[in-house]
This record gives sequence, C-alpha cells and structure tokens, in this order.
Amino acid sequence: PLLSGSFRSNGVQPAGAGTCVQSNLEVVPAALTVPYVVSTTLRVSNNPVCLSVLRNEDLKEMLESNKESLKLEAMKRVVGLIAKGKNSSELFPAVVKNVASKNIELKKLVYVYLVRYAEEQQDLALLSISTFQRALKDPNQFIRASALRVLSSIRVPIIVPIMMLAIKEAAADLSPYVRKTSAHAIQKLYSLDPEQKEQLIEVIEKLLKDKSTLVAGSVVMAFEEVCPDRIDLIHKNYRKLCNLLVDVEEWGQVVIISMLTRYARTQFTSPWKEGAIFDENNDKTFYESDSEEKKEQTEAKPYIMDPDHRLLLRNTKPLLQSRNTAVVMSVAQLYWHLAPKHEVNIVTKSLVRLLRSHREVQYIVLQNIATMSIQRKGMFEPYMKSFYVRSTDATHIKTLKLEILTNLANEANISTILREFQTYVKSQDKAFAAATIQAIGRCATNISEVTDTCLNGLVLLLSNRDETVVAESVVVIKKLLQTQPTQHSEIIKHMAKLFDNITVPMARASILWLMGEYCERVPKIAPDVLRKMAKTFTAEEDIVKLQTVNLAAKLYLTNSKQTKLLTQYILNLGKYDQNYDIRDRTRFIRQLIVPNEKSGALNKYARRILLAPKPAPVLESAFKDRDRFQLGTLSHSLNVKAAGYQELSDWPAVAPDQSVRNVEVIEPVRVQPPHTEEESSEESDKTSSDSGKSSSGSEKSSSESEAEQKKKKKTKKAPLKKNKLTAGDRYGEVPPARQLCVQMFPVSLSSSRVCVSHSQQLIDCGGLFRVSLQVTTPSFGPVKTYELLHHMTGKGLSAKYHFPRQPCLYQPSMVAVQVILTNSSDHSLEEIHIGDRSPASLNIHCFNTIERLEPEASVTVSMGIDFSDSTQAANFQLCTKEDQFSVSIQPAVGELLMPSTMTEEDFSKEQGKLLGMNETSATITMATANTSSQAIGKQVLSVANVGVVSSSQNNVHRFAGRTVSSGAVVLVSLEQKESCAALLTINTEKSVMASMLLRDLKQALAQA
Amino acid sequence: MIHSLFLINHTGDIFLEKHWKSVIGRSVCDYFFEAREKAVEPENVPPVLQTPHHYLISIYRGKLFFLSVIQTEVPPLFVIEFLHRVADTIQDYFGECSEGVIKDNVVTVYELLEEMLDNGFPLATESNVLKEMIRPPTILRSVVNTLTGASNVGDTLPTGQLSNVPWRRVGVKYTNNEAYFDVIEEIDAILDKSGTTVFAEIQGVIEACVRLTGMPDLTLSFMNPRLLDDVSFHPCVRFKRWESERVLSFIPPDGNFTLMNYHVSSQNLVAIPVYVKQSISFFETGPCGRLDITIGPKQTMGKTVEGLMVTIHMPKAVLSANLTATQGTYTYDLATKVLVWDIGKLNPQKLPNLKGSLTTQAGTPKPEDNPSLNIDLKIQQLAISGLKVSRLDMYGEKYKPFKGVKYLTKAGKFQVRT
Repeated sequence: PLLSGSFRSNGVQPAGAGTCVQSNLEVVPAALTVPYVVSTTLRVSNNPVCLSVLRNEDLKEMLESNKESLKLEAMKRVVGLIAKGKNSSELFPAVVKNVASKNIELKKLVYVYLVRYAEEQQDLALLSISTFQRALKDPNQFIRASALRVLSSIRVPIIVPIMMLAIKEAAADLSPYVRKTSAHAIQKLYSLDPEQKEQLIEVIEKLLKDKSTLVAGSVVMAFEEVCPDRIDLIHKNYRKLCNLLVDVEEWGQVVIISMLTRYARTQFTSPWKEGAIFDENNDKTFYESDSEEKKEQTEAKPYIMDPDHRLLLRNTKPLLQSRNTAVVMSVAQLYWHLAPKHEVNIVTKSLVRLLRSHREVQYIVLQNIATMSIQRKGMFEPYMKSFYVRSTDATHIKTLKLEILTNLANEANISTILREFQTYVKSQDKAFAAATIQAIGRCATNISEVTDTCLNGLVLLLSNRDETVVAESVVVIKKLLQTQPTQHSEIIKHMAKLFDNITVPMARASILWLMGEYCERVPKIAPDVLRKMAKTFTAEEDIVKLQTVNLAAKLYLTNSKQTKLLTQYILNLGKYDQNYDIRDRTRFIRQLIVPNEKSGALNKYARRILLAPKPAPVLESAFKDRDRFQLGTLSHSLNVKAAGYQELSDWPAVAPDQSVRNVEVIEPVRVQPPHTEEESSEESDKTSSDSGKSSSGSEKSSSESEAEQKKKKKTKKAPLKKNKLTAGDRYGEVPPARQLCVQMFPVSLSSSRVCVSHSQQLIDCGGLFRVSLQVTTPSFGPVKTYELLHHMTGKGLSAKYHFPRQPCLYQPSMVAVQVILTNSSDHSLEEIHIGDRSPASLNIHCFNTIERLEPEASVTVSMGIDFSDSTQAANFQLCTKEDQFSVSIQPAVGELLMPSTMTEEDFSKEQGKLLGMNETSATITMATANTSSQAIGKQVLSVANVGVVSSSQNNVHRFAGRTVSSGAVVLVSLEQKESCAALLTINTEKSVMASMLLRDLKQALAQA
Repeated sequence: MIHSLFLINHTGDIFLEKHWKSVIGRSVCDYFFEAREKAVEPENVPPVLQTPHHYLISIYRGKLFFLSVIQTEVPPLFVIEFLHRVADTIQDYFGECSEGVIKDNVVTVYELLEEMLDNGFPLATESNVLKEMIRPPTILRSVVNTLTGASNVGDTLPTGQLSNVPWRRVGVKYTNNEAYFDVIEEIDAILDKSGTTVFAEIQGVIEACVRLTGMPDLTLSFMNPRLLDDVSFHPCVRFKRWESERVLSFIPPDGNFTLMNYHVSSQNLVAIPVYVKQSISFFETGPCGRLDITIGPKQTMGKTVEGLMVTIHMPKAVLSANLTATQGTYTYDLATKVLVWDIGKLNPQKLPNLKGSLTTQAGTPKPEDNPSLNIDLKIQQLAISGLKVSRLDMYGEKYKPFKGVKYLTKAGKFQVRT
C-alpha cells in the first residue's frame, strides 16, 4: 500500500502521463524516439522495477524518508538506472547516508552504487569509510568480507593506507572466506596504486602459505597480477599447490595450472630430449636446436624426471574429466608444454569431447587443436571424423575444422579426406567452399601422390557455376602448376579458354601471370590473350592491370615480333593510369625492356630479371607460427601478443636446485617419533604441511593424519620394502587429495561446518573478555594406540583406537577418536556398526556402518565421544552382522583437553583467577634426561593435549589448554628448581582432573 | 580478469551493463557491432575480438549477446565458460534467459552479477550457494516481503562456500525423498547420399533430479561401464572411485543437475534407428524441382520412434514448395528458406512420405548442390548404446528414498547429405 501511494503522488497514474514523458526525456538518450518512451512507460508502469519513470528528485525524497521499504524501492530503481548505464551520480549524497542501514539488501544495493560512483565523488565517498572500518570488525565473517570487498573496490587514492591496513588484517583472519576476499583486494589495491607493490608482495607471500583450498586460487591470481616474476615465492608452496589442486574451486584451478606451467618450465629440465622417437612428424620441431645442444649430455646421463615434475603431471590428470571446459583446456596445455611426448596423447579424448560444447567453446578448442595438429598429427588422427563439417556449423567453426583436417592429411587417409572435401566444395556457404579449395591445394602440395588427382579435380571446378569457386580454383591451380609446370600446358590452355568468363580480379590476374610465366609453352595463345587485354585494359582492376603489364613485358622479350605494338600500346595506357603503382610499374618496365640511350645496364639483364625461375610457393597452415604462444591463451587465440602475456620460458639446460621446494619443519615443539630415519623424514614432510592446514581451520588435517596412520601400517606390514624407498616412491606414496576426500567424506564435510561455528564462538568470547584465546594447532606427539578389541575375542575382528587430537568434527564438545578396524579372519565381515551404549545417555557420534570388510583388510573410521570431562570409560557395543562385542574406551585425562594459545601475560592473569581451591601443585623429581626444555615439552605434550605458552623465564615452562566438553581453562606450569627437582602446578576449576593430570605428568617426567 | 559485461539484444541495444573495475564506456561495443554487421548471422560473430585497448569476448545465447571486456591476457575459455555460467544461472533463477526476463528482474540479476565476480574473478558460481545469498523470486515470497519488509538477500555466508562440498547446502529436508536419473543419449551422425554412415557416435548425459534429506552419499553403478569411452563429471563425483571401480560415488547437489557427460567410443558400431530414402532434384529447364523423401525404421531395438521431424535448409533460390505428406504436416518458411516436416510417430507398416514440387526463382541458375536433411527423433525407454544402470545405493542417511531411472534416445546432430 505504501508503494502504490508513492506511485500516485509521483504522477505515474494516467493523470500525469505528460510529466512521465518529460521526466523520461531527461535521462533517455536522444536516440530513442518519443513513441518508444511512451510505450515503455505504459508497459512498465505496473512493474516493480520500473526505472525511468521517477525523477531523481522523487528518488531523493524516497531515499531520505524513514521508511525502510521506500528506501529499498528507491535503491532498486537507482540500481536499475546503473544497470541501464544511466547517470544517477547526483543522488550520491542521498544514497551514501544509507550505507549503515540494517536492512541487508538495502545495504548491498548501496554498496553497488558506491562502487560505481565513488571514483567520481571522492569527497563524499570518504563519508562511508568509517562504516566499512567498523564492519571489518564485525563478528559475522560474511559482513567482514563484504565490507572489505567494497572498501577495496572504492577507487579513491586517499584511502590507500586504510585499504592496506584492512588487507593485512584480513589476510590473517580466521575465516578463509575473508582471507580469499583479501587476496582479491590485493589486486584492486595494486591497480589503484602500484607503489604499494612491495608491501602487497609480503601479504601475497603470507597468503601463499595458506592451506585453505578456498584461498589458493585467489592468491595465485593476485600473484599473477602483482608479481608474476617472483617465482621464488612459489618454491615452498609448489607441492602444496599440486596436492590441493583437485579440491580448489574450478576457476582457481585454471589460474593455478597456468601459473604452474610457467613455473615448471623454469625449474625442470626438458623431458623431450630423448623424445625424437615419438616425434612422428620427423620434421624439425622448434625445440630441435635445443635438444641437439644437449645431446652429449643426454647420452651421458639418461633423463630422470624430477619427482616434483611428475607430481604436477599426475595431480592435474584427473582434472581432464572436469565439467569446466576451461579447466580441461588448461590441463591439456599443461601436458602439451610439460609432459614427455608420449604422454601428451591422453589429453586428446578430452579435447575432442569439448567439441560437443557451446559454439564459442568449440571455436577456441579447435584453434588449439589446429596448432597442436601441425606438430603432432598422430594425436588427433584417430578422431579425424570428429572434425567433419556439418552444414549447420558456423562459418568460423567450419574453417577451423577444415584447417585441422588438412593438417591431419597423410598418404593413408588422404582419399577419405578428399572425398569429404568434395562434399564441402558443393556447400551453399561459398566462403567455406573457397576455403575448401585452398585446403585441397594444400593437400596436393603436401602429399605428392595426390597432386595430379587434386589438380584434375580443381580443373573440373573451373567449370563451376559459382564465381568464387572458380576464382579460388584458378588461384590454387596457379600455385600448384608452379611446382611442376612442364606437364601442364593443357591446363594452361584450358584456363585461357575460360578467361573470358572469369570476372573475379584475383583469378584473372592469376591466369595472366600463368600465361606470362609459361608463355613459351603456349606460344600461340598468350599473344591472343594479350590482345584481348589491350582492349579491356582501362576497365580492369588494378591487380589485373599490373599483371597485364607483366604479361606484355614477358611476351615482348620472348616474342617481340608479334607483340611489340601491343606492348607499346599497353605501356602507353599504363603511363596515364590513375593509379601511381601502375604508372610506376609501366615506367620501370619500359626502361627495362625497350632499349634506348637512356636505359642503363639493367637492360641487358631484362630477360634474366623477368623470366627468372621462381620458387614454388609453399602452402602453409595459417596456424604454423601460432606455437610461439602458450596454448589456451588469449594471445594464441588472436595470434597477437596480448597485454600482460607471460612468455613461457625454454627449459633450463640444467635444473635449478630442487631442494628449494623442500618444506622445512616450522613446528616449534614437534616431537620426533621414534621411528627409523627414513620414515621420520617422510613424516616430517607431512607434519609440517599438516600443521598449517589445521591452523587454517581446514578439514584436511584429520584425513592427512589418517593417511599417515595407514602408511605406518603399510610400512609395518612390509618392512623389507622400507629400505627401498626412493625419492620417487616417496611421492608415489602421497595419496592425491581427492582420494582422501573420498575416504573421509562424511567427516570432512561436517568438519568445515564445525570449524565455522567454532571460530565464530571464539570471536564472540573474544569480544567479551578481551583475552585472545585461540584453538591452536594440535601438537604432534607420538600417537599412542590402544587396543579396543582383540581379534581372538572379536572372532577375527580386531579394533584399535587412538586420539588424533584434532578438534572433533561432529560436535565441539566431543573428543575425536579414530578406530582402526581390521579383519583378521578368513571371511569377510559385514555391517560393522556401533550398537547399544552405556551409560545410555552417553553421547557418541558413531561412524557410518561399514558394509563389508574383506579378510586382511582394515579401515580407519572416526568417531566422536562426549566424555563430559570425566575419565569414566565409554562403553558400547561393536557389532557385526552376526555378533556383538562389548568394548570400552577409557580416555587418559590428557586427552580430554584441547590446546589453547595465550600470551604469558594472559596466562598469569588467568592463573590469578584460579588460585586456592583451583590450584594443585607438587614438587616432583624429573629424570635427568628430561631436564632440557625441549624434553619437558615433549613429555608434557605426550601426556596432555595442551599448547605451549612462550615463556620469558628459562626455568619456567607453561602450558595452556581447555577441557573439551565444558571449555574450562587448564593451566600447567613447571618451575625447575635445582638439578632435577621441579614444582609442578596445575590451575583449573576441575580439581579432579587436576589431580589426575598431576599424577600422569609426574610419572611421565620421572621416566627416562 | 573480466572487466565489464554488456548484455546486447539481437537488434543491437545494450540493455544492461556491469563493471567490476572502473567504468568502461559503451563505445567499446562499437567494434563488436562492426564485427556483428560483417558476420551477417549472429552465430558467425567471432567469439574473440581485438580492439585498440581492449579485448572483447562474447557468447551468443537465447538471442542475446553476452559481451565481456577484457584488458589483459586471460584464457579465453575461462571467460566463455563463465559467461555461459551466468546465462545458466539466469535460466536457473527465472526459468529462461531472455531480454524480457532480465529486464523484469534487473535488480536481482545485478545482485547476482555482483556476487558472481569480485574484481573480475569468479567468487561464487555454484547455483545453490547463490540461492542462499540471493533467493530466487517467487510470487509468494514477493508478497511476504512487501508485507513484512523482509528481503531476498541473505546476511550470512552460505554454508556451501566454506565446505568442500560447495554444491550442497546443509539442512535440506524433504517429506518425500526421491532420486531420479535420466540417461539421455544423442546420436550424432552424418549419412551420405546412399545411406551409408560417414560418421556416427553417441553422446550421453545423465541428468539427475535428487531431492533427499540431509547429506546422502550415493553410489550409482552400471551393468556395463566399459562402454563409456570418455566421461566428464559434476564436481561432486569422486574421480578415484570411478578410476578404480567404475562406479559413480557422490554427495549430490540438491535439485536438478547434470551428473555426468559421456561419450561412447566410435569404434563400437552405432545403431542408426532410421533410414532415409530421398531424392531432391532441380531441373535445368524451367524454374522448378522435385522432392521425394521416405523414412523407415532401421535399428530401433523393437521400440517406437517418436517425435520424428525433418528440417531442410533449402537453397536461397527456392521460392515455394508444393508438397503432400502422407503423415504429419510440413511448413516452408519463405524468409529463412527452411522446410520443416513434422512427422510424429513412425509407423513401420505405413512409412511416411513427403513428395511434390519446388518452385525456384525464374532466371537464376539451378541450385548447385542439394540441401542436407537434419533429422530429429526420440525413442523412449532405450539407451541406444545399451548402457544400463544396475543399482543406486545410499549411505549416510537412514530413510529409504524412492529411486527411478529413465532412458531416452534422441537424434543429436543427425544429418543426411543429399
């Protein structure tokens, strides 16, 4: 009702039809006629987004009213105006007032407006900045992200420092979504003020380390835009990017793949050196010179592919099955530029598949195939029929298909292709028919077996009714005849006969040239043609005139008796022609052929100049030189170097240091598990990558650690194998990320949800207490595995469990437990699941029923148990289809905690609140081996899942954690006295836990 | 990456523009209009154009041009794919992608474009993520919104954005849990004059409509997966399971989606369901020609061929057609020179025939070549490649869903040369 009221008051109703038209004319470009305006007015008057009916004045009034709905309505109209490209900048002051609106839709529309006009109204735009600065601190990550998006989109140079600050803050945000937005903001700031490059690179460097799949694509995009030459920033992140690739969103995949292609070309040696055998074309590829240089080297040392190079190839391969055509194309170009020659073939099928997609996609893909098919016929030859032209294809698609078919032609398939071409020549699309004739010409020159057949076919076409076809045939025949003129005087005669009927200038010129060039083979006809030309000379096109002059000159030299007068006549005509080219040519020819006293030394050589044997033209593909561009790029598509195109470098002769890609262990209190050397190095790789992952609140860590588990088992099972692990094997062992996802799907799925709410919670309480508490990375100590069910009692089913020390994925109040189920019986077990539990109130998140477990197989499942901060055992039944086994999990008290980070100051503050009854302490004696601070850290962490608090005193060690269920703070401090004695203090309101923890710690520290 | 987007209708009016970076004047489109003019047909406009300062990448869909302006190097397919995704989204939201619909919902479209790209880089393109941020308009909702002042724009980050199953939202609930799969195969073929197959292949697609509560984890297996030569999947399908077991394992998006596309290798013989006997000829003397077409069943696997239709693009010189059809109706469009013969169901006892004379323009030479025939047909309950779904299993949820699989064979680009 409000709305219709406003309509009425603004004169939309019939009474005000006149004003409507008037107000329209103010904004509608003059090109539109009045009747049109009237009709739209009438049509849209009932439409909620009728746009131009209201005057700016009215909109201003609506925006300044205090009714939300009116404001929103007005904003919708304003956005409608923007969408139409109409100017509504004078509303800026009225609009900007609403930037802090509570109504989210209104707010977003204001954002749209701001981004559009801020550049023009810089001073007014500044009024809104404080709102965004406030929103950047909002507990809702979505609000934070959109505030950053808009703030960074306002192109007002004065706020560059504010943007910089906001970007830096957002890059460290807990929410990966906000971090992603900050990566986008980097590019915006860079385009606004390139001076900030250095600082922005720092942020990029930081974000590149981010393990979230959400951020990866965006930050690589920022990298490409801001500092594509800083390849050194990629080294440490290379393996991570390769492993994350499958899970990155599709647009990010394209960007990352293209960046990694460039990277790989600078870091690895060429896999093509011994590739000569695979090069079926046998013509010189453009890398040939390269490979010759290194031949000696190659012979001395066989090529071994860098494992990182292999990693990239392997991890991109599954993406060929993507539904996103851009992803498929980028993988195809990666294989083309990086893979050993014999592996490139795997992309063929996928590329051919893309030909089923939209017309525009076909166009780009065909262009790329055209380039590829020149170098590697074999790749696409089996799919030749997929390039057959349909009458319904668009012209540019047809031409490209023709190009590819021509490239694919060889002795074996030429007859099929020519038969196909015959159909095309008859096409109604004459431009296409002409292109087909050129293609036939190319086939004829490339494959000598069919030259005669083609030539005869083309001669037949000379009697075609369509002029373009005939003209094109003449031109192509001319080129073909040049390759073997001796045998074809018949054809030349035939063409002379046709000459009168051909009107297309290019074709006439071609025939004249042929006559002149081979005038000695057709001595009777050539002068006659010249005679005819003399008659029509003035009416001909320039190109025909030039060739007539040429013909005259050549005949004058060979047959001056018959043609002397004709030539002079033509030269006289040419002398006064309107075109200076023709006048010049005439003058030149006259001096050259007609001897007089002024003519110089050249006269003697006239014959040799004009009738020199000329090399036959080479008919080449238009895509011949496209390979100078990286496939799949805009530059390749246009065959012009586009702005911002990054050259693909040649392979380095010697590979740069590989070790730069090794990731160092950053974890400060990482404890080396007591394993063999090889295994531990393998694990250190993993752990470091894990640590980053979990810090970003991502879901990968649990799956990774599970993989670790599996691997451990594997090594145990096959101890002999262990010694043989080479670098290659190491990579071979790392399961691609997607596979992990498959195994862990239900888990990882909910994990992300939990993480969100988790961080949310933390921020909330951060707001209340102003104590910066965070869930930190779980500390990686040696994982203790406990027996849940022995295979003797379990009738073949055995179960072990351990605490992965991850935040539980199902509910934050649960402790995560991983159970490894193994079938040691000789038959497969079915329907393994969890049955009754006791106490009945026990809150367990069960794993999904395992349908079937084969003999000797094992499976790792995750579950969550809410122990309610007590060490009371969780009892439940593990059931198979036939049996039920009662089992129980009794947690060590240290497993009921989760680590939290705090500063030393916060620690003391918290400790101050937990004195008296909440403090438990004891003097303990430590084993001498445990007196170093590292050893203490290791022992404490092995007992309890707590975080280390950095300490300024050497002799005091502090650890902080929270109980999983109730989140009560647990503080552990250890003050070293003389020699082995120490004072161990635990502050927490859970006094029972405190005493148990104290006991456990005491024991652990006393042990050597 | 993508700097600006212009939507242009078939008459060449720019009716929507959106800039993700600073504003670029409309005059940049003039280069496009020039190319459009040159191309005659809108389909023939080159998708990638170069102008002095910008690059233009466009797609043509639903009689509209989506024209994007690019300033620096970018994979052209990236842009093309994205533009099609925009068109898909509009279609998904409003049921069709046309000028009228976009104009009527210009604010929603604008909000969508705002969310889909940030600084020219795709931000959210998954339909269900977008739908959580900007709800598609329904009549009921717009009534409620006007009354309560609620808005169509969500204020929290869609759950999909952060999870690694961005295609599915959480908290889906249905009273009837159903999962339907349509296996649709298209025969692409070129037959020559004599009826022999020049080229034939089968392209298949599995369209799914899944309305299941919670987070179901589905596994779809085939009786004969070896048939499938080349496949591409919705991102939800786990590629490794496919590699190792040849089953489709996935957590489905909510609602309608394309699960997979596949290609049946051309090495296998492709069954061609119909044969065509045709003769189209133009006489040297007099402005006329004859046309005689008969269609009969060939390899139909015992099923009925339906929806049979023949489309012929006649040479420009053909003025009119005077034909009689034993079955169905025919129309000849004088402007586009397209002859359409709508036959319907194919009756093997009484083969449909179209016969009669064609009038060509007097004075013009007889058309050089004969037009090719494009054939459309449908066969229900048959996948011509022989592909069969063997079972669908669900994990992760307790209820029993209702499941269904439907097969359909269609003619794709099925062309008979004459």
